[in-house]
Amino acid sequence: MQFPVLSVIVFIPAVFGALILLIPQERKTEIRMAALTAAFIAMALAAWVYFSYDVAASGYQFVERYQWLPALGISYYVGVDGISAPLVLLTGVVMFTGVLISWGVDDRPREFFAFLFILATGVFGVFVALDLFGLFFFYEIAVFPMYLLIAIWGWKVTREYAAMKLTLYLFIGSVISLVGALAMYFASGLGTFDMLALETANYSVTFQRFWFPFVFIGFAVLGGIFPFHNWSPDGHVAAPTAVSMFHAGVLMKLGAFAALRVGIMLLPEGAKFWMPVIIIFTLVNVVYGAFIALVQTDFKYVIGFSSVSHMGLVLMGFATLKAEGLTGAGVQMFSHGIMTALFFAVVGMVYDRAHTREIPKLGGFATVMPWVTVAFIIGGLVSMGMPGFSGFIAEFPIFMGVWRTQPWIAIVAAISIVITAAYVLRVVGRVFFGKMPEEFVGHITNITPLDKVALVLLSAILIIVGVYPSIMVPLVESGVENILRLLGGA
Amino acid sequence: MFGTITLEMILAILPQILMVVLAVLVMILDVIYREERGRSLGWWTAGGLTVIFVVSLMVARPGEDSVQLWGGMVRHDWLGFTFSMLFLFGAAITSLFAMEIKQVGNRGEFYLLLLVATIGMNFMAVSADLIMLFLAIETTSIPLYILAGFIKTDNKSTESGFKYLLFGAMTSAIMLYGFSLLFGFTGTTDIYQLAQGFMAGQLPQGLVLGALLLVLVGFGFKISMVPFHFWAPDVYEGAPTPIAGYLSTASKAAGFAVLMRVLIAAFPTVAPAWVIIFAVVSVATMTIGNAIALAQKNIKRLLAYSSIAHAGYALIGVAAVSTLGVTATIFYLIIYVITNLAAFGIVAAFSKAAGSDEIADYAAMSRRAPWLALSMLIAFLSLAGMPPFGGFVAKVFVFAAAVQADMEWLAIVGVLNAIVGLYYYLIVLKVVYLYRSEDEDKTIALTRPYALALGILVIGIILAGTIFGPLYFWSDTAAAALF
Repeated sequence: MQFPVLSVIVFIPAVFGALILLIPQERKTEIRMAALTAAFIAMALAAWVYFSYDVAASGYQFVERYQWLPALGISYYVGVDGISAPLVLLTGVVMFTGVLISWGVDDRPREFFAFLFILATGVFGVFVALDLFGLFFFYEIAVFPMYLLIAIWGWKVTREYAAMKLTLYLFIGSVISLVGALAMYFASGLGTFDMLALETANYSVTFQRFWFPFVFIGFAVLGGIFPFHNWSPDGHVAAPTAVSMFHAGVLMKLGAFAALRVGIMLLPEGAKFWMPVIIIFTLVNVVYGAFIALVQTDFKYVIGFSSVSHMGLVLMGFATLKAEGLTGAGVQMFSHGIMTALFFAVVGMVYDRAHTREIPKLGGFATVMPWVTVAFIIGGLVSMGMPGFSGFIAEFPIFMGVWRTQPWIAIVAAISIVITAAYVLRVVGRVFFGKMPEEFVGHITNITPLDKVALVLLSAILIIVGVYPSIMVPLVESGVENILRLLGGA
Repeated sequence: MFGTITLEMILAILPQILMVVLAVLVMILDVIYREERGRSLGWWTAGGLTVIFVVSLMVARPGEDSVQLWGGMVRHDWLGFTFSMLFLFGAAITSLFAMEIKQVGNRGEFYLLLLVATIGMNFMAVSADLIMLFLAIETTSIPLYILAGFIKTDNKSTESGFKYLLFGAMTSAIMLYGFSLLFGFTGTTDIYQLAQGFMAGQLPQGLVLGALLLVLVGFGFKISMVPFHFWAPDVYEGAPTPIAGYLSTASKAAGFAVLMRVLIAAFPTVAPAWVIIFAVVSVATMTIGNAIALAQKNIKRLLAYSSIAHAGYALIGVAAVSTLGVTATIFYLIIYVITNLAAFGIVAAFSKAAGSDEIADYAAMSRRAPWLALSMLIAFLSLAGMPPFGGFVAKVFVFAAAVQADMEWLAIVGVLNAIVGLYYYLIVLKVVYLYRSEDEDKTIALTRPYALALGILVIGIILAGTIFGPLYFWSDTAAAALF
């Protein structure tokens, strides 16, 4: 029997989370070391899965299947394809860097890491799930620890409000999708939750058109789709740094991924029917999100709204239902995940030292925090879609795909690139350059070596994918082919 | 009337017989084993119930086919057996929770009454005759009235017991009137022959439905179904906490066992009508329960309204009238019993140490008692329907039953209610984990009975939520006994 690598990846965080709970509260260093070990193992295995995925063979690999509840056709069924392999790697990287960044968490670190790791198990589980029940099971696991993480360790001003808002939005979305999924289960008549079997269920066109909006939008709430994006900037801002990284970097992909996997792949006719509407929503995401980011005075809100804008691009890529768009969206999920994790790490580092995130009150941080500045600029260039960085590899095909569907949407959406450049440069100019205000001079210390490791790792990935796209694009394309097959070619 | 008593007949009511023995034993111990010598009748009761549980599970399992024994009074089938086991479990846990409660745990009568009530519930689950059923319901109810008012020096407890008695007596009377009509219509009291009686007598559907509605008043009271739910919050608030937990779990599950058996065995002819009634009542029950729970400041009242809402979710499966529906309801009830017992146990443990049931006083509980807080997190998230806890799977199954029965709207109402539920559970958890308090240095130690009982329940919640196959299979077998 082959080594059950995916199961190990999925359950390592949860098992370590439980073990961490058994360490006495006072021994904080041991707690952190245990967390780091788990995160490192998960990341290493995720990288191993990513690099040993056989692109030529494509399809679902590292498949494991065990009966869970045969009476209802529920099985524990996992595997990765070209779309999910990068996302598993993304989760591993964000988890590892998130632990590095959270070294300074001092209030009940035991519970913090335990909840964070339960969340990680949920996220890994969704990305590898091939069983619809399993997907929901892990999806919900990924949602609820968020509430505690934000409410307990978040920013004191808005944490209670933001945590509740986020949880309710996401839970409403997921349970609505759940009803749709149950309808799909019974309508198929196959008596199984196996998604590969459900792909062949041949639902009637009416059925697909009726249920598609429920399923797709239900999940896309977590992807931040307009007009249900409202929870996301509030949630990002209120969350502690590592959780913001996880949240914007990984969790929003979870929504997009599930919307793709369950909505588009299982209900392709519904997708074709509704996509002209969805694409308009995503256009609002992209352009409106960027505009709102431009006018924020809170550093973290800028990044929060930039996520709304960039996730809009992911969903817009899906909505094209074209090879280019889907491939771009697949890469964008990874690229944006790493980029936004980097951004939130930077914001966290600045805030921890300045104790304010008001852009007008900051300035001149480049002199004391050169590493952070460089990292932020790299992230900014990715965000603008500059060639040589992963953002370009992702966004260019998306625009190509949109152009093939609706040229005018591509033109309007392209405005967002200009606005993105504007808000990124504004932050760079105001926060990192310019004159440092009097009260900070001499008080701002440089970042720790652990922080540097995290920043270097994240930045390096963005550049590697940018200059050597073959490391990811063929992989994603192999996954997209499968989607196109379900859509009946295109 | 019974002819010779066979082994099979004994086995059919073995748990009840053994419980009578245990009750006598507890009574003797109460007299000869004085309180000053540090006796602990709670351990005896819980231990005895565990033995009965294991013995029954080994020797008294029903066969493949259901059989009616004791002159048609008792039906030995998997439905009754499953619920009997559930009641034994609930009673054992309750006696552990109760043993350290002042004015409750040191009194021998408490355990005696608890056992008698449990015997009554076990008979409720297995009775196949209206007369037997009525006797069983009364055997359950009367000790519970006393238990609810057990703390004599506390006005609230007295009020609780009295209120429960008044509501209970009233609804029993109406139910008994319904029973008498059923007997009058058909000339039989055998639940399994009522349906034929309706056909033979060519009774108009309206009459049958009218009698059913009268009967449902009694059952609805037991499961705190809207509009017969008004007693629950006041009774739970005043009753000793472990008893409130027992009322909201085992007693409610007993009501469901009876409800499902009577509806499906005796009223298939009017099924279209009662399906609509139950769909509507289910919506009303969960919505009203959840909506009022939002405004509660007292944790026991909050749990009371939440337990009303949970009756609503469980009713979804009844309204679906399918094997999947009944399986889902049984599965839901098993998980609900485990979870809600844990919730009330935590409340009992906390109020014993902190002396308060106000939600506001739960502030900083996670610093005072990290393990108790974690148990609370698990129990409440399970009630809210979050994986990997039992509540999630249970909710998915009842919603699946609704979708299968082409009642997608019911599933949608159900999931929206689940969100309201999540909201108020999270509010409590927020107080527990987030808020600070002046007392946060005063740690709360968990004593052995609580640690043991809560440990079992929490492990049960997690196992039921992850490895749900065996439990589903058991529920399915129980449901199959009805069809």
